[in-house]
Amino acid sequence: MRGKATDRTDIESENWIIRRFWPDRQYWEMIYLVLFVLGTAIAETLGPGRLLEGVSAAKSLVISGFEWFGDLGLFCASLVRAALAPPYELGELVRQCDSIGLKSLPLVALAGGATGVVLSLQIRDSLTRFGAKSLLPAVIVFSIIKESGPIITGLVLSGRVGAGIGAELGSMKVTEQIDAMEASAVDPYRFLVATRVLACILMLPLLTLAADFCGIFMGWVANTLAQPISLQLFLENGFKNVLFSDFIPPTFKTAVFGFIIGIVACFQGMRTRGGTEGVGRSATSSVVLSSLFVILADVVLVRLILVVYG
Amino acid sequence: MVTKAEEKDETPIIINNLHKGFGNQKVLNGINLRVARGETTAVLGRSGGGKSVLLKLIIRLQTPDTGSIRIAGQEITDLDEEHLNEVRKKVGFVFQQAALYDSLTVEENVAFPLNRHTKMSQTERKQRVREHLANVGMDRDLGKMPSELSGGMQKRVGLARALVLEPEIVLFDEPTAGLDPITAAEIGDLIVELKQKRKITAMVVTHDVQGAKVFSDRMVFLHEGNVLVEGSFDDLQKSKDQFVAQFLGHGSR
Repeated sequence: MRGKATDRTDIESENWIIRRFWPDRQYWEMIYLVLFVLGTAIAETLGPGRLLEGVSAAKSLVISGFEWFGDLGLFCASLVRAALAPPYELGELVRQCDSIGLKSLPLVALAGGATGVVLSLQIRDSLTRFGAKSLLPAVIVFSIIKESGPIITGLVLSGRVGAGIGAELGSMKVTEQIDAMEASAVDPYRFLVATRVLACILMLPLLTLAADFCGIFMGWVANTLAQPISLQLFLENGFKNVLFSDFIPPTFKTAVFGFIIGIVACFQGMRTRGGTEGVGRSATSSVVLSSLFVILADVVLVRLILVVYG
Repeated sequence: MVTKAEEKDETPIIINNLHKGFGNQKVLNGINLRVARGETTAVLGRSGGGKSVLLKLIIRLQTPDTGSIRIAGQEITDLDEEHLNEVRKKVGFVFQQAALYDSLTVEENVAFPLNRHTKMSQTERKQRVREHLANVGMDRDLGKMPSELSGGMQKRVGLARALVLEPEIVLFDEPTAGLDPITAAEIGDLIVELKQKRKITAMVVTHDVQGAKVFSDRMVFLHEGNVLVEGSFDDLQKSKDQFVAQFLGHGSR
């Protein structure tokens, strides 16, 4: 009897050792998702055709995947070095803020508004079934400011700005405009890349605010069409339990999205080769990669925010 | 080793034993070249013979594998970014496809280097830009975008942009390629005019033997990454080398 009990403790303690190194079940989904996104990203960088070329291809796939991340790291390093030293290109920064921020506003507002409408329609139906219809404003506000607003903004921008920057820098690269800039003693990292990345970082949180605003407002409009309620009452109900810690971290995590979009798009643009076809490839790959990394970063950031503020 | 005498040597362009390859392909195979002050050197050779690469190495748009490049008495192969930019300001580069900035107007394109490297007042800058555009006959198209210009006009604006900082050395990458004979001759005349008026040192990469005969003082024939022949047009014509004869034969027919 006693021996048995000891055995069991032994087994349990062994398991305990394994469990220390084995991630908890609650983290598995996250790890799978991270692996999936990384795998897709690597596959996308290398082109889908090469996946089928056997083991040696798989080896070179892993190597060029690492190479890509290594090059991206070096790119970030030279960017930081270029961006920190004067002269600062303020004029170009303002121009980029305009073209990245202001010109994206209609699209972001529309996407945010549509999300608000859809959320209102869907959640009304669901909540009615559970008899919790009075929670509708709160659910809309929470879901928009905590997740829908930021991620919609991030994805819309990685499409619009990612493709824009990738194609612009790509075509500048293949027509020797980047060389021309270096030849006239202007650092293209400082003038082109740093300004674009910084504009993305600055503009994304602001655009997120716009998306949040439109989402909540259109949520109210859709709600009112189904069952009239005053805007004041809607907002009061919606924001009753909202804390600043529900609002600030999710809004400012989009600065990280902005960094990812800017850096990936500029990186893909600056390494373009192969003429006009290469420009198309750069535009596509910068959209695909920046949206993937935005989603990936979102998972990590949400977890991080919950750890810090939860 | 760099000797004292070499250190003081202010010859604009000195290239010693320069090697450059891409992957397994050797493009330049130990080039030696000197360009004297005020001299225009034409670099001839077949397409893909490393002529454009040579030009880009001179202002380190690409880095050489081994060898030395001295520009205006300054060794540039291991120069840091800041000093390199000082050297680049002394060198104008005219690109093959003009490489004008798509998003800027003609005037802004030419003003671009000026805005970043000089402390002139707004009006002085405007004045200088117009002057340089007038020299190439483009002062009536200030507000146009590069996409509205023809190839020859783009090249002229590119030339104005390369000259706006008044460099001592100008590098031309195929200035007459893809142009009609009349425009090509005009560009050739501009090069001659530059040499006479400003005493600039120029290096011109070209296929155009007839043009080169007009605007260059000296010709260098590159083949398979080496200097095959150098000298005047007559020296090249006297060359027994089959490639040179073939090249000149086809060029002057």
